[in-house]
Amino acid sequence: MINESKTMMALTGNDAVAAAMGQIDPDVVPAYPITPQTELMHKFADYVHDGLVKTEFVLVESEHSAMSAAVGASAAGARVMTATSANGLALMWEILYIAASTRCPLVMAVVNRALSGPINIHCDHSDSMGARDSGWIQLHSETSQEAYDNTVQAMRIAEHPDIKLPVMVCLDGFILSHTLEPVEILGDKAVSGFVGEHKPVHNLLDLTHPKTFGPLDFHDYYFEHKVPQMIAMKKAHGVIAEVGKEFSKLTGREYHLAEGYRTDDAERIIVALGSTTGTGKQVVDDLREKGEKVGMVKIRMFRPFPYEEVRHMLSGAKAVGVLDRSASFGATGGPVMLEIKAALYGESTVPIKNYIYGLGGRDITETHIAGVFEELKDLASSGRSSDDVGLLGVRE
Amino acid sequence: MMSASSVCGNRRKAMPSIKELSKREDLLSGGHRACAGCGATIVARQVMLAAGKNTVVGCATGCLEVVTTIFPFTAWKVPYIHNAFENVASTISGVEAAYQSLKRQGKIKENINFIAFGGDGGTYDIGLQALSGAAERGHKMLYVCYDNEAYMNTGIQRSGATPFGAATSTCPAGDEIPGKKQFHKDMTKIMIAHRIPYVASASPSHWNDLVKKVEKALSKDGPSFINVISPCHRGWRYPMEDTISIAKLAVDTCFWPLFEHDEGRWKLTYKPKEKLPISTWLEKQGRFSHFAGHPEMTDKAQEEVDRRWNELLALVKIGDLCEEGKHCDLKDL
Amino acid sequence: MKEKGWKDLAIGGLIEDAGNAACYETGSWRTFRPIRDNEKCIQCLQCWIFCPDSAITVEDGKVGPIDLAHCKGCGICAAVCPPKAHAIQMVRESDIEDKE
Repeated sequence: MINESKTMMALTGNDAVAAAMGQIDPDVVPAYPITPQTELMHKFADYVHDGLVKTEFVLVESEHSAMSAAVGASAAGARVMTATSANGLALMWEILYIAASTRCPLVMAVVNRALSGPINIHCDHSDSMGARDSGWIQLHSETSQEAYDNTVQAMRIAEHPDIKLPVMVCLDGFILSHTLEPVEILGDKAVSGFVGEHKPVHNLLDLTHPKTFGPLDFHDYYFEHKVPQMIAMKKAHGVIAEVGKEFSKLTGREYHLAEGYRTDDAERIIVALGSTTGTGKQVVDDLREKGEKVGMVKIRMFRPFPYEEVRHMLSGAKAVGVLDRSASFGATGGPVMLEIKAALYGESTVPIKNYIYGLGGRDITETHIAGVFEELKDLASSGRSSDDVGLLGVRE
Repeated sequence: MMSASSVCGNRRKAMPSIKELSKREDLLSGGHRACAGCGATIVARQVMLAAGKNTVVGCATGCLEVVTTIFPFTAWKVPYIHNAFENVASTISGVEAAYQSLKRQGKIKENINFIAFGGDGGTYDIGLQALSGAAERGHKMLYVCYDNEAYMNTGIQRSGATPFGAATSTCPAGDEIPGKKQFHKDMTKIMIAHRIPYVASASPSHWNDLVKKVEKALSKDGPSFINVISPCHRGWRYPMEDTISIAKLAVDTCFWPLFEHDEGRWKLTYKPKEKLPISTWLEKQGRFSHFAGHPEMTDKAQEEVDRRWNELLALVKIGDLCEEGKHCDLKDL
Repeated sequence: MKEKGWKDLAIGGLIEDAGNAACYETGSWRTFRPIRDNEKCIQCLQCWIFCPDSAITVEDGKVGPIDLAHCKGCGICAAVCPPKAHAIQMVRESDIEDKE
């Protein structure tokens, strides 16, 4: 037993996600260490070695093998979870696509960290952004509470009969993973009740109806095999919203695809995801005190992207600043910027500017964000978007 | 002629006769797209006859995988999974872990064999890490390497298993450099170094020995590895009907000795009546045809065959001298 | 086999019909056909154990007809047939009249 009844605890993000994993009690967890995910797996290892979970813990020799074993175990009908960061995720990259196309309902915590090079162990979103086309659902967390809540919901989402896709729960490395925050941990029964009994998508171990997984497609079938994945992704909008509603009934905490923080009458709006949205909320509140009409769109579900919701939240804005914690070299802006532009295309000509921040764990402060809101005043009055990408906090 | 099983009455220890084997269901159907005369599919058929229906197969990307599973067709009559090129060992690790977990929870009752097939490319090279990890972790699985000594499916490129001097697409017998410069890895010994319960080398030409080894491997409560020579007439350049005789010659020249390492003990399972010179094997294959103009290469090849063979004989002798529980001294050799 | 559209495909790219490769007739690949003289055959089953295509049929421990729908004509069976039996000949397909 991990936790008998709902308790408020001081936990790091890693421990909170580990607790969720422990309460879900998956059949198999393959794991390989990488900072800043490591303590998550240390905690889970304690559960395993103390006999608190039934999980078969497979300490593989690389992340590539972690994801490979995860696909194998999922195909065999097991409930499977794992976790990684940065280059570990990059090493899994090949298999991420296979996990999604094989429709394995895996749940993986990605403790966001910058991709090398140079090698850097601190937070940015280049890792999960690099996997945005892989076919995985991606959820971001503002706080360790959200990381815990997202993990519990992720299993329901992944295994939903309309979905059957793997889900990545992202939490900022060090900022959330290693910092103590108050987190309400549900009781074990509440979690297992919410997640439900595992109804496997696949059963490779069925000897009476042998199936072949992972065939070779020539050009006559590959395309057809991709379409159902696209459809499942589309259905994820509805399912994630539905699961969020159900979860809020259980906990009183609201979970939507995106959150419009004081955006209803906002003239200047920023868009962000991850822990920065917590700082963003503070800045919005402070500026609102001074009478400034500002707001923030917090993206929770990055894949699939909530275009409709975001469009609606930005509809009244006179200027938009999009914050990206990763770059997309050669593109007009970072990944979030590209999505926002796509959301607004044909619907709105609101002036918009991209700000890249926090790469390699560079701190983002209230001063930076307040500075963005200040700049947005000029953008609003000029009525024109800026093609320049602001680089927050970088030394020239 | 009485079969071994009717003499012993103990099916586990008895080796099925060919007649008994022929009554078993072929678990690889016809209609796969392997080249006519392909060694790999003979290996797969023989392994599956030994393993039986209660088996889940994993396959690395490569000839065997490609030819047997072109959508919408599959030649496999047992559950089968292909994931990627370098990870059949870790994929089957995951399958086996799931099986152990579900069995412990009472959700599965049957005994199931887990067999991972990989070519030499997917085993000696890109798949070495995953195989090594799986072996170290102790999963109850058998890994069969069908060694055709190059990346055949992509057009005969050299691998860590390609023998010294062989011509391949990426190390052709050119005017400056005559074929592969390096000797091949001793993969079987690499797996023995992992201290897993059972490791062996085998050949489809010696089906009896191969079947016995597969059965022994599957009876172990841990990882096992069998390296099987798998002649490929496209890459080796010999007439397609000679696949089995070329395999037999590899064994009789001691290029591919048949041995096993069972619970720590080295044992030769077949000793050729006469150890034939390596030249008799080389001259049968087009990939070594340039050796005719480079006799020093044949000498070098023979030297290495002899070195590995003598080393094996020494290790086997230690095994002979050291019976169970008895301390053994190198000076006894 | 008519090609299926995405709506009719099994989830995750799976093939659910084990062993259906048997529907694919590789017999058309042959240039040479193995012809076995049953009088000379000593039932050693070597041809059966060494066929890459499971094309030597066996029934109750005895070799039966060669599965011509799948036999690729590689000639291994003829090559492994013991010299004292010499029961299998490889005959050019184009020379065979009365093909079934």
